[in-house]
Amino acid sequence: MNADAPRPQRDSFIELSARQRVAALLDEGTPRELLDPFERFKSPWLPLQGIVAQADDGVVAAKGLLGGRAAVALAIDGAYQGGSMGEVGGAKIAGALELAARDNRRGVPTAAVLLLETGGVRLQEANLGLAAIAEIHAAIADLRRYQPVVGVIAGPVGCYGGMGIAAGLCSHLIMTREARLGLNGPAVIEQEAGIDEFDAGDKPFIWALTGGAQRCRAGLADSLVADDVAQVRARVLACLAEGVPPRHRSDRHGDFLARLSDMDLAAAFHSPGEAAVLGEKATRPVGVAVPGERAANSRGTAERGKETTNE
Amino acid sequence: MESISYSYPAAAPAARRAVVGVVGSGDLEVLLEPAHDGAIRIDINTSVSGRQRLWQALLDRLFAAGALPAARLEINDCGATPGVARLRIEQAFEEGGLFEDDAAPRREGAS
Repeated sequence: MNADAPRPQRDSFIELSARQRVAALLDEGTPRELLDPFERFKSPWLPLQGIVAQADDGVVAAKGLLGGRAAVALAIDGAYQGGSMGEVGGAKIAGALELAARDNRRGVPTAAVLLLETGGVRLQEANLGLAAIAEIHAAIADLRRYQPVVGVIAGPVGCYGGMGIAAGLCSHLIMTREARLGLNGPAVIEQEAGIDEFDAGDKPFIWALTGGAQRCRAGLADSLVADDVAQVRARVLACLAEGVPPRHRSDRHGDFLARLSDMDLAAAFHSPGEAAVLGEKATRPVGVAVPGERAANSRGTAERGKETTNE
Repeated sequence: MESISYSYPAAAPAARRAVVGVVGSGDLEVLLEPAHDGAIRIDINTSVSGRQRLWQALLDRLFAAGALPAARLEINDCGATPGVARLRIEQAFEEGGLFEDDAAPRREGAS
């Protein structure tokens, strides 16, 4: 790089590994990793299928302080097996959340931050992965009664499958513009519904429907932040300071269902500006403020690409 | 998938543990732990079979001189090229501190 080049203004969060993300988020010097890679709690199932296992099963669990408060940070490594949730990694997340809930019951307030980067269940571990995800859901629902559970989806993998539901259960959900959130991934939808319905190769279309900006407009996520360590951390701290919301998003399912039933889905997906329809309808009742967001959701298909292309 | 092991003579124990890399396409994970038996022992799990000679040549080049600190290395490889493998192993020794009395501060975080 040119020595005279200006220093980059941002310190990318997306480019950090799971372990680096945890270190960047928790107060300096406080993180203590639970079941670190040297404990070698690896997947027992992958080597049986001829796949090399990572020593931490792709999940970093650490306890420490966050803005001076006790917290656990749980990060999924999206570069290992697509961030998929297996038996061991899932148990690490569920176990850490359960221990945090127990600490709260014993009078030690402990919050949690989930750094989600996952395609959902690890298919090679099938039901064991699904069971682990169910345990994570139960643990989030338990812990969030006492202290906020803050979810962060930074990208580039995004958050899909059963872990998309975990994201929906979080007290607060933070996304970047690069991140995506959904249940079925684009390729699965295309395979099931046909390419006329959903073109998995059309990235602007995918981000327009499931990207961080759109999810915030629709009220399915709370905050849009730039891909910057300081901004992500500041937003997490702000969410912790806000505390447990009076009503969790998942308790407002009736509002979301009503909104869906009001929507003309055929028009929404087959006319120009489908993202606009989803976004506009959703924004009115919820009124989510999206910092730094331009008034983009009224534009048509022609400009959609520019607006939502992954940077 | 294949598992292979190597051993080389080494100097004093490494200073501390280190973990670098990821088991992702074209990359590998290296876990380094100090050893007190005067040897470098390397256990490799690799997704690419039949490349023992390549690993042997790479490791000979790094460790045959016996100048590096004693450690146990576990390498979980997902098809890294020899160049990437060498960089990751060197990174592990750099982050693991060279020797027990090495006063270099531990590197944390990204940069």
